Amino acid sequence: MARYSLTINGKKQSVNVPDDIPLLWVLRDELGLTGTKFGCGRGLCGSCTIHLDGESTRACMTPVEYADGSEITTIEGLSPDLSHPLQKAWLAEEVPQCGYCQSGQIMTAASLLEQNSNPSDEDIDVAMKMNLCRCGTYQRIRKAIHRAAKEV
Amino acid sequence: MGQSAVSRRDFLKVSSTAGAGLMIGVFLPAKERLVAAGLAPAQPFEPNAFLAISPDNAVTITVAKSEMGQHVRTSIPMIVADELGADWSQIQVAQADAHPDKYGSQGTGGSGSIRRSFEMLRKAGAAAREMLLEAGAREWGVSKSECAVSKGTVVHRSSGRELTFGALASKAAALPVPDDPPLKDPKDFNLIGKSMPGKDTPSRVNGSAQFGIDIRLPDMLHATVVRCPTFGGKAKSFNSKAAKGVSGVTDIFEIEEGVAVVGKNTWAVIQGHRAANIQWDHGDFAKWDSDRIKSMMEKKGGGTAVVAREEGNVAEAHKKAGSVFEAQYEVPFTHHATMEPMNCVAHVRNGECEIWVPTQVPQRVQTTAAEHLGIPVEKVRVHVTLLGGGFGRRLWADFVTDAVEISQKTGKPVKMLWTREEDMAHDFYRPTSIHKLSAAMTKKNRPRSWSHRVVAPSISGQLRPERFSGGQLDRSAVNGASNIPYEFPSILVDYVMTNTKVPVGWWRSVYNSQNAFANEGFIDELAHMAGMNPLRFRMTLLRNSPRHLGVLQLAFEKSGWNTKLGEGRGRGFAMHESFGSWVANVAEVTVKSDGTFTVDRIVSAIDCGLAVHPDGIRMQMESSIIYGLTSTLKGEITIKRGAVEQSNFHEFELLRIDETPEMEIHIVESDEPPGGAGEPGLPPVAPAVANAIFDATGKRIRKLPIRPEDLRA
Ligand code: FES
Ligand code: FES
Repeated sequence: MARYSLTINGKKQSVNVPDDIPLLWVLRDELGLTGTKFGCGRGLCGSCTIHLDGESTRACMTPVEYADGSEITTIEGLSPDLSHPLQKAWLAEEVPQCGYCQSGQIMTAASLLEQNSNPSDEDIDVAMKMNLCRCGTYQRIRKAIHRAAKEV
Repeated sequence: MGQSAVSRRDFLKVSSTAGAGLMIGVFLPAKERLVAAGLAPAQPFEPNAFLAISPDNAVTITVAKSEMGQHVRTSIPMIVADELGADWSQIQVAQADAHPDKYGSQGTGGSGSIRRSFEMLRKAGAAAREMLLEAGAREWGVSKSECAVSKGTVVHRSSGRELTFGALASKAAALPVPDDPPLKDPKDFNLIGKSMPGKDTPSRVNGSAQFGIDIRLPDMLHATVVRCPTFGGKAKSFNSKAAKGVSGVTDIFEIEEGVAVVGKNTWAVIQGHRAANIQWDHGDFAKWDSDRIKSMMEKKGGGTAVVAREEGNVAEAHKKAGSVFEAQYEVPFTHHATMEPMNCVAHVRNGECEIWVPTQVPQRVQTTAAEHLGIPVEKVRVHVTLLGGGFGRRLWADFVTDAVEISQKTGKPVKMLWTREEDMAHDFYRPTSIHKLSAAMTKKNRPRSWSHRVVAPSISGQLRPERFSGGQLDRSAVNGASNIPYEFPSILVDYVMTNTKVPVGWWRSVYNSQNAFANEGFIDELAHMAGMNPLRFRMTLLRNSPRHLGVLQLAFEKSGWNTKLGEGRGRGFAMHESFGSWVANVAEVTVKSDGTFTVDRIVSAIDCGLAVHPDGIRMQMESSIIYGLTSTLKGEITIKRGAVEQSNFHEFELLRIDETPEMEIHIVESDEPPGGAGEPGLPPVAPAVANAIFDATGKRIRKLPIRPEDLRA
C-alpha cells in the first residue's frame, strides 16, 4: 500500500492503494469513475482506454505506480456537455448500441484525431482495430470519426 | 369472445392517486382467457408499457423490456407517444423493476419486444388520448369530436382553446377507460416509422450510462466467483490463507457453484483467486473433448431420429431418382461474449433481497433469488440496469445466485463480477451441430426431394430432460429447418438429440443460425448442379412465398447481382425467415491464392413488416451481420478435457473494424404488422459468405468457421 497522486480530468486526487493495482480499478472502485469499462483485463479489448499524459492507454494494464503524478483523462472528462466533436459525431451517427465499448472507442478515436486531424480509412483501421465491439458498431464508428474530423 | 371483451376486463386499468395525474397501465390478461379469445395461440402475449402523465406535463413511459443495444427504450416509447399525441420532448423513460404480472412477461428475447406488443402499446397510448380528449371537451363544455390532440395538448379546433396533457391529467384519470379506443390511421403516424434519436445515446457517449457493473452501494463488498473449468466438476481444496493474505481480500468460501472470493475492490478479489490455488475434482466429463463429442454425434446421427416434418415419400423419391446428392454441414459451439461480463449486485437483509442486474429476464431473476433464499417473490426487488450486450446470454440467471449467496453469507451488499475468463468458460453455448442433407434429382437435375437431419444438443432437453424422455421432438432445434420455404414433392426433416455436459443456450437467432447455414448452402449446391443461377433456382421453388421473393428481388437489385466482379472475387446469396421477418443477403468476397480472404461487402434486404424505428432496424441488421461474421470467420469454442479451451479474446476472437465489410441495409416498404429485427439478419450471413467463396474459388464450404487453410489452392 502506498499513496499515489493523480490528476484526473483536471482534478488532483490522492489514493492509498497497493502498488500493482491497475488504474482501471482505482478509477472504477476507488474513485467511482465507472465510465471506463472492464472487458478483458488483459489489454485485448480496449474497453478500458483512457488518456495517460495525453496518450491513449489501457487502464487494465497500467499499474497505479506507473501513473503516479500523471495527468489522466477519462470519458467523463472528455467534455462537460457532450460538446467534444467525437461525442457530437457519435450522437449524429447514432453509433452506440449497448454502449459498453463506446467509452473506449471514443477515447481511442480522440487520440487518433489529436495526432491526425484528417485520418483516412486505413488510419482509422490501424488506430481502432484493437477496440472490440460485440454489437458491431464499426461502420458507424468509421463514419463518425470522419464526421468529427471535418469539425476539428 | 371478441377482443373488446378481453380488453375491457383485462387490458387497461387506470388509477388516480391525488397529485399523480393520469396513469394507465397495460396489463397481461390471464393467459387462459387470451387463448380462449384466440389472441394468444402460439406466442406468449407480452404487453409491456406503463404510462403516467404528471400535472407538470411530463409523460413517463415505463419500459419493461431490457435495453441491450436494440434501442427498445426508444422504440417502445415512440409507439405509445405516437398514439397518445404527445410531444417527443416531453417523454421520459423509466425502467420497470421486475414484477410477477404487472407488465406481462418482461423477458426480452426472440426479437419480440415490438412485434409481440405493438397493438397493446398503441392501445395504451390511444386510451389515454381518448380520456384526455374527453376531459378537455368537458372542461370547455363542447363535444369530444370537436377536439384534437397535438404535441401534448388538447385543442378545441374551432375556438383554438388548448390545455396541456398535464393540466388535464387528474381530470382524465377520473374518467372511465374506453373499451376499445380507436387507433390512428397509419398514415397519420408522426413518430412510428421515424428514426428518432436514441434516448440512451447521450449517456452512452459520456460515460454516465449505468450498466450492472457500474452499480455502487454504500458499504458494498466486491466478489468474484470461480467455477470448476470442467463442466460438472467441484472444488477439492484451496489455500484460504494465501487468498486472505492478499491485501483487500476479506474472505474466501465455497458456494453452490464454485468458490467465491470477497474483498474491498475488484482487483483484490481477482488477486485473491489467483493466490488461492484452487484444486478441482474434475469429474467424469474430463474424459470428453471436441473430437469425442463429434464422433458421438456422428454415431447417433446415423441412428434413429424424431420426425419434424414429412411430406410425400422421400425414400421412394431417392429410389426413383436419377441421382441422389448428399452433403454434410457442420457448425461448432460458440460463445455469446457480451462485452460486459456477467455480474450482479445483491443485498440480502432481514428476509428481503434487493438486486441490481443486467438481465433479459427480470422475473426469472426474482423467482430464482426467492427460491434460493426461501422467501416470497414480493420480498425480492429487482432493478434492471442497462445491459452491456445480451444476445441470449442474459436469459439465464445462473450468475444471480452467486451474488445472492455471497451477500447472504456476508450480510453485506455485494457486487459479484465474473472475470472474462470465467465468462468464457461458463456460458450456455450455441449448440454445435451436424446437418445431413440429401436431395433426389431427376435426370434433368430438377429436385424431387429434400431431406435434412439435424443432429445437435437440445437446449430444452438439457433444461427439462423429462419432457423428452419419450422421444418427443424439440421443435426449437429444427427451427429454420422444418419450415424451409422451398417446395419439393417430398420433404423429410428430422432431429437427433445429442446432449453432453457442455451447457447450451439461446444464442442470437438460436437454431436458425445453424439450420440456415445448412439449408442455404445445400440449396446453392443444388442450383449449381442444376446449372442454374442460384437466385433463379430458388425462385422456381418459391412460388407461394411472396415475402421471400420480395427480399430476394430487393437484394438482387441493390447488390448489382449481375455486374462482373474482378479476379479472385465472388458473390453469394442466402436468405432466411425467422422471428417474423424475411432477410436476403448478398455477400462479396475476395480470396487470395494463399487462402486468405476478405468479406468486402454485404447487401442486406429485410422485410420486417411496418418499420417502427428504421434506424434501429438498420443498426440491428448491421449488428447481426458483424455478429454473424464473427461466427463465420472466427469465434469457435472447442472442448478439451471437459472444459472450454478458449480463455479470453486472444483465443476467442471477435471481428474487428478493419475486417468490417461495407454494409448496406435495405428495408422493404410494408404495412404488414411489425416483425423482429434483432436476430433475423444473422442466419443468412454465414451461408451468403460461404456461397460467395464458392463463386470465387469453386470450393464448397460446409463447415464453420471458414479458415484460410480450407481455401488454399
Ligand atoms: S479491459 Fe483493458 S483492454 Fe480489455
Ligand atoms: S456498442 Fe455494445 S459492445 Fe460496442
